[in-house]
Amino acid sequence: MAITDIRAFAHLTAEDVETLGQELDTIRRSVEQSLGERDAKYIRRTITAQRGLELAARAVLFGSRNRWAWLSGTAMLSVAKIIENMELGHNISHGQWDWMNDPEIHSTNWEWDMTGPSAQWRRAHNYSHHTYTNVLGKDEDLGFGILRMTRDEAWRPIHLVQPVANIVLAALFEWGIALHDWTIEKQLSDTPRFQVLSEPNRLFGRKIARQVTKDFLIYPAVTGPAFMSTLKANATANLIRNLWAYAVIFCGHFPDGAEKFTEEQLEGETPGEWYLRQMLGSANFSAGPVMGFMSGNLSYQIEHHLFPDLPSNRYPEVAVGVRELCEKYDLPYTTGSLGKQYLLAFRTIHKLALPDRFLRRTADDAPETSSERKFAGITLHGGPENRPWSIDPATGKRRGLRSAMHEAKIVLRAKAEHEKEVLRGAERTLRAKARQEKDLLRRARHALRKSAASNPA
Amino acid sequence: MGRKPNAKTVRGVKDWLEAPAAGIAERGGKLNLLRGAVARATTPLLPDDYLHLANPLWSARELRGRVVDVRKETADSATLVIKPGWGFDFRYEPGQYIGIGILVGGRWHWRSYSLTSPPDWNDPRYGKKVIAIAVKAMPEGFLSSHLVNGVSPGTVVRLAAPQGAFVLPSPPPPKVLFLTAGSGITPVMSMLRAMDRRDAVTDVVHIHSARTAEDVMFAAELDDLHSRRPGFVSHIHLTGANGKFATTALDELYPDWRERQTWACGPLGMLDEIEKHWHEAGLGSALHVERFEVERSATTEGGTVTFGKSGRSVTVDGATTLLEAGESAGVQLPFGCRMGICQTCVVTLSAGHARDLRNGTERFEGEKVQTCISAAAGDCTLEV
Repeated sequence: MAITDIRAFAHLTAEDVETLGQELDTIRRSVEQSLGERDAKYIRRTITAQRGLELAARAVLFGSRNRWAWLSGTAMLSVAKIIENMELGHNISHGQWDWMNDPEIHSTNWEWDMTGPSAQWRRAHNYSHHTYTNVLGKDEDLGFGILRMTRDEAWRPIHLVQPVANIVLAALFEWGIALHDWTIEKQLSDTPRFQVLSEPNRLFGRKIARQVTKDFLIYPAVTGPAFMSTLKANATANLIRNLWAYAVIFCGHFPDGAEKFTEEQLEGETPGEWYLRQMLGSANFSAGPVMGFMSGNLSYQIEHHLFPDLPSNRYPEVAVGVRELCEKYDLPYTTGSLGKQYLLAFRTIHKLALPDRFLRRTADDAPETSSERKFAGITLHGGPENRPWSIDPATGKRRGLRSAMHEAKIVLRAKAEHEKEVLRGAERTLRAKARQEKDLLRRARHALRKSAASNPA
Repeated sequence: MGRKPNAKTVRGVKDWLEAPAAGIAERGGKLNLLRGAVARATTPLLPDDYLHLANPLWSARELRGRVVDVRKETADSATLVIKPGWGFDFRYEPGQYIGIGILVGGRWHWRSYSLTSPPDWNDPRYGKKVIAIAVKAMPEGFLSSHLVNGVSPGTVVRLAAPQGAFVLPSPPPPKVLFLTAGSGITPVMSMLRAMDRRDAVTDVVHIHSARTAEDVMFAAELDDLHSRRPGFVSHIHLTGANGKFATTALDELYPDWRERQTWACGPLGMLDEIEKHWHEAGLGSALHVERFEVERSATTEGGTVTFGKSGRSVTVDGATTLLEAGESAGVQLPFGCRMGICQTCVVTLSAGHARDLRNGTERFEGEKVQTCISAAAGDCTLEV
């Protein structure tokens, strides 16, 4: 069972969680108060650069029958689409730039260059996903409805195709997102399933038609004789953007250490616990300024989940404060290289394609989902409210979740080692016993043969 | 089969072509057909979104303008001459005001100011058609001070279409009285200039109050008009030396004031007094009053929240969120997380002020607010 009591899991008291929440609020306020001209310039320049790059790419693609023109045009268009999707569409729709009070760069007006309408994405993503992050049954982004990403979800035969479903989802990510948001939109607005001309359906249909016509008909047609090569270039750029967006999202939510929660955790959740859930449910990947920019700064997924509406260009500095807090409260700060984070997610996807009987761990102590029960009886840390060992007497440092995980790892490894040893011992004993019995049998047979020979009938 | 395209199908094709630009229908004008057609390629953007990168005025997505001149009027007031971009309608009525958005510290600030220019103003100094507003710096007015002292020609501003019912009819009434004080003179300047341009200066008396002679905005122009137009009387009242202008003095100065259509604009106290005086004389219908929104530092907590579309309103304290206020008034407001992170509850504040409960930030008229974490700071109206 995933986490049901986040305080017990995090090894923090109610007061700790409240103080942590206040400290995060302070970080938030200091960023809000310092927003100004520099930030506004950043987003405006990004928009200008993105549009310039897209125009240049479309222009170069007029010559797309030439191999080099095709390659450079496609590359530019891919980058333009990635920036438009990650740093612009995603972040602006989160309301990160609403503080500028600019109607053209505002969450309520921005429409992105993706299949699904922004409005539907906003409700599915900003509301369902960001409020109920990683809560089983509430956050539909957990596996996007087609992948089983936690052992809390019962295995069904369909999960066997997970490795293939994963590849299809990656390649058609914008369509996956669009369909996902469309379904949630209909749920949230109680739209009858069979009402064909409902508002969500119309919005969805219109957007799809416009997007598909643009990339697969109008732009290729405008380039005339280069129709086919332009069409291929557009399709490739969309594919590259899809793969990149997929990789960024999966690295932010599915590597080991991004925990899942049960609905029990939601009951009476305090603002501090909400922060804590965001922190423990997300994962970062290490990125320099360029990769950070290309991922819409979602390489700082933890910071993004704590403050989804703070401008993305501020996440690097927010991360410094968040790391300090993790240090102070001895909480894990899940991060790693893009490759490592993706491989961890990839491993989970393939592992969980199998039924539970092939899996060694449970949802309480699996690498991709654990719960407070993981620590029961195996670490020195007592209950959350009264822990005589919470401060290390030698260093004076707090011993919390991170230490507990470390200890649990050692204990679990020792336990596994011990179990293996016991198993090996048992095997030895059994083998010896079998040898003994065989020996006994042989002797009995020998004796029998002997007596038969001495007493011929 | 062999059916001729009739008006209906032509209209249908036109609508279909224009569809992507439907959001800017009122501002797009004749270009909307082309705009809609090109937008099939630029979707989800409009061609304007690319064009305005080359010239900020080349966009009908929103009314914009460029400040072409800033003229000092007095020590603490200035006239801003603005050249509007695509889609601005110059056929406004004298006396109306416009919304203007100015970028300060990365943030757009919205305020309303009266136009001082006459409609369809073509000033040879600036080439094409321009508009003008006059701004007086308020002691605590952050934006008005910035407009008077900090705006340089070339600055791009956002504009909202002219509006307001404080207008001069055309043709003007035969006998007119203008009662103004301070920056209350601005809408009246537009009326006077329009009358002058149209050669329709009837029998007009203008009584304007200012503290000292140096504080009189447009003093030279009023003088000039006074000497050029026999029907126009400019009466300047200096309050520094003579105290407030008493409405009772009208009987003595201009005994025919009861026969005049009157337009009054100035401080709230003065307008209250004028209204009382006119009502007591049974002349309420001959009086037209304009009250300016007062710029202020927010100290008010709570107030009456009005919901524009349903017309309902409810009085709440400063701790009740606008979302709760709506629910208590039975108005359906969009909402999601109720904690200020998902942005589903964002609506436009069409009048008044609101405050963000999380950090105390004030939100002004024309801004969008998250109803789930904002409360009323004085009376306000939401556009839902």
